[in-house]
Amino acid sequence: MKIHEYQAKELFRNANIPVPAGEVAFSVDEACTTAENLGVYPVVIKAQIHAGGRGKGGGVKLAKSREEVKNIASHILNMNLVTPQTGPEGKRVKKILVEEGLNIARELYLSILPDRVTANIVIMASQAGGMDIEEVAAKSPQKIIRVRVNPLVGIEPYHCREIAFGLDLGPEVSRQFCSMLTNLYRLFVARDCSLVEINPLVITEENAIIALDAKIDIDSNGLYRQKDLEDWRDPDEEDPLEVEASRFNLNYINLAGNVGNMVNGAGLAMATMDIIQKAGAEPANFLDVGGGANAEMVENGFRIILADENVKAILINIFGGILRCDVLAEGVVQAARKTSVPVPVVIRMEGTNVEQGRQILAESGLNLITAVDLKDAASKIAEIVRG
Amino acid sequence: MSIFVDINTRVLVQGITGKEGQFHTRQCIAYGTKVVAGVTPGKGGQAMDDVPVFNTVRQAVKKTGANCAMIFVPPAFAADAIMEAADADLELIVSITEGIPVMDMLRVKNFLASKASRLIGPNCPGIITPGQCKVGIMPGPIHLEGNIGVVSRSGTLTYEVVDQLTKQGLGQSTCIGIGGDPVNGTNFIDCLTAFEDDPETKGIVMIGEIGGSAEEEACAFIAEHVSKPVVGFVAGLTAPPGRRMGHAGAIVSGGSGTAQAKIDAMHRAQVHVCADLGTLGEYCSHVFAGSKD
Repeated sequence: MKIHEYQAKELFRNANIPVPAGEVAFSVDEACTTAENLGVYPVVIKAQIHAGGRGKGGGVKLAKSREEVKNIASHILNMNLVTPQTGPEGKRVKKILVEEGLNIARELYLSILPDRVTANIVIMASQAGGMDIEEVAAKSPQKIIRVRVNPLVGIEPYHCREIAFGLDLGPEVSRQFCSMLTNLYRLFVARDCSLVEINPLVITEENAIIALDAKIDIDSNGLYRQKDLEDWRDPDEEDPLEVEASRFNLNYINLAGNVGNMVNGAGLAMATMDIIQKAGAEPANFLDVGGGANAEMVENGFRIILADENVKAILINIFGGILRCDVLAEGVVQAARKTSVPVPVVIRMEGTNVEQGRQILAESGLNLITAVDLKDAASKIAEIVRG
Repeated sequence: MSIFVDINTRVLVQGITGKEGQFHTRQCIAYGTKVVAGVTPGKGGQAMDDVPVFNTVRQAVKKTGANCAMIFVPPAFAADAIMEAADADLELIVSITEGIPVMDMLRVKNFLASKASRLIGPNCPGIITPGQCKVGIMPGPIHLEGNIGVVSRSGTLTYEVVDQLTKQGLGQSTCIGIGGDPVNGTNFIDCLTAFEDDPETKGIVMIGEIGGSAEEEACAFIAEHVSKPVVGFVAGLTAPPGRRMGHAGAIVSGGSGTAQAKIDAMHRAQVHVCADLGTLGEYCSHVFAGSKD
């Protein structure tokens, strides 16, 4: 789960990781009040959306007076912000962060993430703050400092020293840095983070170390013990159909294509999307109804697929293990009776109770196209797509 | 022969009294698996059907000689269950549970480094040696005894592949789902090593998906150490970057973990790459010609 910069900074503040003074604002008036409360200009106004590269899209600006705050805030609030990470459609800005401006001497990069191969927690740092770490890794990998922490032991002073010396921080800043990094590591573990990234981490001309930016992703599997963070899920940042699907425990991702599909199991769902593309079409979604799906879930899945106007055909591919084919067939028939289905539906079923399932479909009197296997399903989809 | 489980495997089920645990324990017993014990804290002394239930894994092992654990406990308690099984020195631990926090798995994996236990999963369908032993949730009847080893990160996609193999008369020595989580126990290389060493396994099917670099590492290993023919398939060519495709580990991030990169690695390792899942069975039949019984 992604959270906003202002929320990440709240977690930082509570964990004694220095951040600039500032507050989130939902209106121009609130932005002006916050700026006045900060007491010194310039202030920085930052669009709050779940995507990076905001500066490049015009979502981060400096304001030198109350008048400028008013102008800039009214420009950024409700703007459609397009960044390299939002895609061409962009994202609507509904909140902004108003922060004190700093006298920046140096910009660094710092992040923490789990390493799936070694099962350690990796701290990455570089002197090239403000740049994309992927870009640094591609162009000058030697500039990235990597330290691996054994999660059973946790962070030790030598980990911090290794990075502090690597970043050439000098004794005064190093002390601050080591205490900040220790706090950051503990926050990472305590809050079930899957990523913490500070880019840039700045050193001011006054020799203070401050997280100018903050990005935190939370491991969704850890949310059950991070109840207070659940409220930070922002439906404005998600596709409305995906939000709807999650209410029914359906794993749905909306895509740009025109062939909808419903599958049980994530791997088979991905493979089915690939089959649709091979057939000469593009998948309109990813939808995993899961192993324990019931008729109602299948019905809701059907409805959500059809809510996407681009869908010209649907491929249902179920390998019945725990989810039995007769249950699936019931769900499809129910859904097709309740909602008019304006597009052709190809159904391919295999596995537990497949005969009963096929019988239910055949006796339903509905216009459903049955495929005997995956190969057959692919060619039937290709036929429909070709028209 | 087979790998990791066979007719002598003695299974204990952690979370045997839950709905999932009960259902799948019965399925495993019906398949012929020797389920010798169940563990549910607080329910020691009871029985699930004819299977005695114990409070702790250590007690269950002492009384029944179990050497393999199958875990169905909910995600919040799964890391604890895995470590309890490892601490009781079970040879094999199969964790079906989906949704274990990554932070927990990081601790588990480092704990297991000091233990002899092998972990399969989590978030996996389990392992089956057809005709001998099923420790997992896969549908038993689609499998056929034979000599093709199957290893996969997925569940139902594996069933699809196995079903096609069986319909071609290509039986399986052992099928293993290593799970869809970013941090897991047994990996592709462990399974490839075991299949290479198993005299009964004549060919290997490896099914990967987007995310991480496990397939790439496996391919480097295959090029050096695997003499048996390997058929490969990778799901997720159409997956958009930055989105988690159902499995916690299935994500293309920062340009790495793409299906294409994995397919390229397979080609370089001279793995027989199947581009079309619909014809995978026929393709295997062609590649493994001469490997049948």
